[in-house]
Amino acid sequence: MDSRTVLSIKDLSIEFPLYEGTLKALNGVSLTVKQGEIVGIVGESGSGKSITAMMTMRLLGEGSYRVRTGSIDMLGVDILKASEKEICELRGGDVAMIFQEPMTALNPTRKVGKQMVDVIRRHQRVSKGQAEEIAAGLLSDMHFADPEDILARYPFELSGGMRQRVLIALAFSCNPKVIIADEPTTALDVTVQKQVLMLLKKMAAERKTAILFITHDMAVVSQFCDRVYVMYAGSLIESGSTRKVLHSPRHPYTRGLLAALPETAAPGTQLKSIPGSVPDLSKLPVGCAFQSRCSQSSEKCHQKPALAEAPQTDAHLCACWHPLTDLEAVA
Amino acid sequence: MSALQLIRKRLLGLLVVVLGVSVITFTVSHLIPGDPARLIAGEKATEEIVQNIRVQLGLDQPLHIQYFSYLKNLLSGDLGTSIRTTQPVLDDLAAFFPATLELAIVALLFASVVGIPLGVLSAVYKDKPLDHFVRLISVTGISTPAFWLGLGVILVFYGKLGMLPGGGRIGEGLAPQLNATGFYLIDTLLEGNFSGFISALKHIALPAFTLGFVHLGVVARQIRSSMLEQLQEDYIRTAKASGASKWSIIFKQALPNALIPSVTVIGLALGDLLYGAVLTETVFAWPGMGAYVVNSIQALDFPAVMGFAIVVSFAYVIVNLIVDLVYMLIDPRISGVN
Repeated sequence: MDSRTVLSIKDLSIEFPLYEGTLKALNGVSLTVKQGEIVGIVGESGSGKSITAMMTMRLLGEGSYRVRTGSIDMLGVDILKASEKEICELRGGDVAMIFQEPMTALNPTRKVGKQMVDVIRRHQRVSKGQAEEIAAGLLSDMHFADPEDILARYPFELSGGMRQRVLIALAFSCNPKVIIADEPTTALDVTVQKQVLMLLKKMAAERKTAILFITHDMAVVSQFCDRVYVMYAGSLIESGSTRKVLHSPRHPYTRGLLAALPETAAPGTQLKSIPGSVPDLSKLPVGCAFQSRCSQSSEKCHQKPALAEAPQTDAHLCACWHPLTDLEAVA
Repeated sequence: MSALQLIRKRLLGLLVVVLGVSVITFTVSHLIPGDPARLIAGEKATEEIVQNIRVQLGLDQPLHIQYFSYLKNLLSGDLGTSIRTTQPVLDDLAAFFPATLELAIVALLFASVVGIPLGVLSAVYKDKPLDHFVRLISVTGISTPAFWLGLGVILVFYGKLGMLPGGGRIGEGLAPQLNATGFYLIDTLLEGNFSGFISALKHIALPAFTLGFVHLGVVARQIRSSMLEQLQEDYIRTAKASGASKWSIIFKQALPNALIPSVTVIGLALGDLLYGAVLTETVFAWPGMGAYVVNSIQALDFPAVMGFAIVVSFAYVIVNLIVDLVYMLIDPRISGVN
């Protein structure tokens, strides 16, 4: 593993046993995140992006899932095999997480200050007073005018944007090397969203923190991420630098997704969509999961295409037997 | 609403409750067939003697006149005079109430101290054998009649094993001289009477267990369901993602929040325990209000029965007020801080 790699997932397949059959949530997912990098995973609901995020810190309910294949290496810790104690040391310390729902992600009956101090003192040997200073400093980095006042407040006294800034401050409280951000701005207004994203990006850049950024929003990806993975039905189908993937998508699904953005439609014309719907993860077809919705599909698509291995990770890769050439994509 | 506003509002409500209870108990007790005057005079007394007693007690007056004179006395804190004991009802109740309250509180402590951890374990090990076991205990507790359970534990712990006394409140000659709280467990300690304390503890063990067992089930079930609810919340995931260990999440994050709805259940349980004590006290010969009120009912002692009903409903309202105040204390969302 490259010494600059902080997170490496190899061929991860996760399934959930159902009453009848199994739900194949992740099917051979491999990805890497390097130090200081912001990497996006983009996909529709149910594509497996949140499961991937939760798995990187083993946050799914023990016993609710099965690991079929693969491994996760986070900062040298084998996440799937590590002891509970090792995992707890990692969580909130070197690896922090930011969630989608700022309104409910803080304990409603504890003051913000107490919640931050608890996390700081869990991972750092500091006094309560020092922890409060650290917390206040982080809040002022997150552009709170009066951090002491925020520390003395309960979560229900803050707005959604304020709470998400608190949660980001909380995530940075122990100088993590990696932050897993699962749709951190989805529940926020567009204006607040931009402010929060810029703060997150600035904090990460100052501290050289890598971010694995989960989102369904292409616009957010284009503003925020250095690299992006596109996920569909539990598989990564395209990856590369944000510019390449968004400007010259090679997978028919990625292209369809981009074409479906309302922003790209001319006024007065009907919005585009991808025909069909996301396949049932308990009844995945053999081969490419997108074949039934794809205009390019052929006999060959009954075999599963893989993201071709490439010598360097920032190469533009595509898991498709009929990738679009750059020329087609532009046209 | 501030705490003071709440107290003021509830005390006003208390007046209405007491008025309502007095109307209902007065009506019901005077509609029951039977003549207390005849009961006092005895079967062989002449009609003239019985009539004299009626006049003495005011029973010859029309019902509404009787009620208003009762109400007038009630508002000045006079619950009337017991027909049976010829003592003021308030004095009688004051003598018996501490014993009942002591029993109810110890029963509630037992139900909470055992029920809360059982509920937590049941939630944490949901659908595992431990959970099934706790749920079995809960259902058993809720569905076992207290008098039956009381007889059962007397049979085992007093009859067969001889470990604990089968009735009474304290051993012969050990009763505390001091009457600071009326609670033997506290008064004996205050006067340094340790053998008295141990004896009181042994005496209260079986009745408190019997009385508390029902509520243990209620408390365990309430805690289990609110723990399960809290453990699903997003803030638990946040705590987990920030490195909190499993048990610290359970006890420091989820349990305090799960206790909030349980306060209602525990508060209402105290009200129930005051009523429920009547049967259990009879089984264990516990010298509380229970035995007093059962004897009073049998003697058609209206003032005593009504006094009991009013005192217990009074206690119920006060307990509910305390529950609301505790809510304000433990849930910042209700008190509205800053």
